[in-house]
Amino acid sequence: MVDVIRFRDDAANDQPLVSVEALSGQTNATAVRLESDEDARALLPYLNQLALIEVAFPTFRDGRGYSAARILREAGFTGELRAQGDVLVDQIPSMRRCGFDSFIANAPVDQATLDKSLNRYDHVYQPAADAALPVWKLRHG
Amino acid sequence: MYQYDKFDQAIVDARVEEFRDQVNRRINGEMTEDQFKPLRLMNGLYLQLHAYMLRVAIPYGTLSGKQMRMLGHIARKYDRDYGHFTTRQNIQYNWIKLEDTPDILADLASVEMHAIQTSGNCIRNISSDQYAGAAADEVADPRPWAELLRQWSTFHPEFSYLPRKFKIAVIASQEDRAAMRLHDIGLELVMRDGVLGARVFVGGGMGRTPMIAPEIAEFVKADDLLSYLEACLRVYNRYGRRDNAYKARIKILIHELGADEYRRQVAEEFAHVKTLGIDPPLAELERISAYFAPPAYEQGLSDEIDRSNPAFAHWVDQNVKAHKQPGYAIVNISLKPVGGIPGDASSDQIDLMADLAEKYGFDELRVTHAQNIVLPFVAKRDLFTVWQALDAAGIANANLDLVTDIIACPGLDYCSLANARSIPVAQKIAERFADAERQRDIGELKLKISGCINACGHHHAGHIGILGVDKKGVENYQLTLGGSGAEDVSIGKITGPGFDEDGIVDAVERAVEKYRAVRVEGERFIDTYRRVGADSFKEAIYG
Ligand code: HEM
Ligand code: SF4
Repeated sequence: MVDVIRFRDDAANDQPLVSVEALSGQTNATAVRLESDEDARALLPYLNQLALIEVAFPTFRDGRGYSAARILREAGFTGELRAQGDVLVDQIPSMRRCGFDSFIANAPVDQATLDKSLNRYDHVYQPAADAALPVWKLRHG
Repeated sequence: MYQYDKFDQAIVDARVEEFRDQVNRRINGEMTEDQFKPLRLMNGLYLQLHAYMLRVAIPYGTLSGKQMRMLGHIARKYDRDYGHFTTRQNIQYNWIKLEDTPDILADLASVEMHAIQTSGNCIRNISSDQYAGAAADEVADPRPWAELLRQWSTFHPEFSYLPRKFKIAVIASQEDRAAMRLHDIGLELVMRDGVLGARVFVGGGMGRTPMIAPEIAEFVKADDLLSYLEACLRVYNRYGRRDNAYKARIKILIHELGADEYRRQVAEEFAHVKTLGIDPPLAELERISAYFAPPAYEQGLSDEIDRSNPAFAHWVDQNVKAHKQPGYAIVNISLKPVGGIPGDASSDQIDLMADLAEKYGFDELRVTHAQNIVLPFVAKRDLFTVWQALDAAGIANANLDLVTDIIACPGLDYCSLANARSIPVAQKIAERFADAERQRDIGELKLKISGCINACGHHHAGHIGILGVDKKGVENYQLTLGGSGAEDVSIGKITGPGFDEDGIVDAVERAVEKYRAVRVEGERFIDTYRRVGADSFKEAIYG
């Protein structure tokens, strides 16, 4: 059983993941996996039918998935958005800000370390896909 | 100067605690070096040949006397009593112990400084014109824009794992003192119909494949700027390749897509991003700008300078520049004594520069990409006193922009990536041209040395550039001519076969003598080179 770190209250989706390519033929698929070199915008026509999108992080250095997540959230996707792969504990706070709400990390994530890092910063400088208000908003109302 | 409010301070303080926690996890063995590396690299901590090296951010090269003095304190307490000012307007310490780094960051945070994003594949320290706020030719002060960008780019969640490092420069004069078009993004502030906005250049860089950034937008207004930059970065982040670090810079993407196609994609992305409301209101730029109001100049000061001391007069001619305020001048402190290490300053010298800024310079200093220091607001009345103090500390070198004002990267003396040493070559060239009369006769000549193809020493942009290469295990130096990082930007061309350490000094001298032989009135080295062409210089160099 893989460890899923989840920041959602709804029941987990246990449907098999299909590829982006397979999606166009499968009108009943609700879970898809986006590889790091695939275009997140190819999923936009299917957002209504999808409950889970898993985005691949083949290495922690490959940051394409951060943009993919924001694009999906900006397009109104409210289902589960999962980062899977070489996801490091110190990266999870930024991933949360980009809209990811579940994680499957190759290396075990220490829960105490994660909690600390998620609560470390009270302020952010820029708006993103989360609800945090940027400091310019706090300064100017 | 900008001053932190409680939000800025809270963010930097949290960063100190975060890094302390990360260092502790490393020291306790909870993390391997492999896991720690990307974390320390987000914070300017490199493992070098002999020790850790820490790079401290000096946002847009601007700092106060108190901040400068803190840099001296760190050199004294945690390093070997000196620091190295870099081509990116930062400072590096070469002999740092890992366990000291959290305390160093805490010391820095106490004077509103940090080392955030001074390395790693993220948006790096924003660079700018060292004469900002003082230059007669600027349309506006670029520093408020640079500060706006500093805040926006700090811990940007989408752009912290870009394909490669990302460097942004902002200028506001036609004269380019910041190598703007050799940055991933270069902004030139311009006025259009009474509105201030930015010309946006994207895709410049040095390294293995030097490129000059093409113009991507002719005018972006202030309240669209962050949306526009997010669009520029998002297009890059999504397409930018990860398979080959040398091809991952945005310059390669734009070269392959073409500037027109990149511009089109950015415009499309911008139309979308602009709907997200990420641009702060103009009131935020105004809030920041208020910190950069002109200092309380004394009115009615004389522009007369007593030139009766000849050494002082030479220094004034070479290192002191025109100011927009009558009675004031811009002072350049050259960190290039003949025989010294370009860009190095001792703790005592750093303290002295801080003192001078506080007493005579409205408490402000700048670091230049040429590895020198600027006091941007000095009354002409005080120039002689300032010069005497600098002279006593060995930093009244009257060689700004002359052949001995050499930019050099740390090279094989410190850097683990180096192919060859840079510092001894810089020292030998400076010694060869030590004669002050001869230097002045040669005039403006920008000589830049990198110890490997990464081009940290900007050799591509040197009127004369030197690149260290490894030739079957022996240090070898290639010579390039005709580069420029200024408004007449160009990339230097390799002259031919390389040289050994003494050979490169001779080759430089032959190129310089060729220039002296064929120049016409008023021509700089670079002008003559461009007029007569590479071939006649090659002939002079190789015979
Ligand atoms: C010590 C003083 C250093 C300075 C002043 C410095 C500054 C710079 C500058 C200005 C560039 C040119 C980038 C461009 O315009 O394209 C550069 C490139 C580069 N630097 Fe450094 N750097 C220094 C040390 C290091 C160290 C210690 C490393 C690695 C451990 C390093 C790795 C690189 C690499 C890989 C590039 C090439 C980037 C590319 O074009 O892809 N530098 N650096
Ligand atoms: S140019 Fe090469 S040798 Fe010089 S500092 Fe950069 S990486 Fe090191």
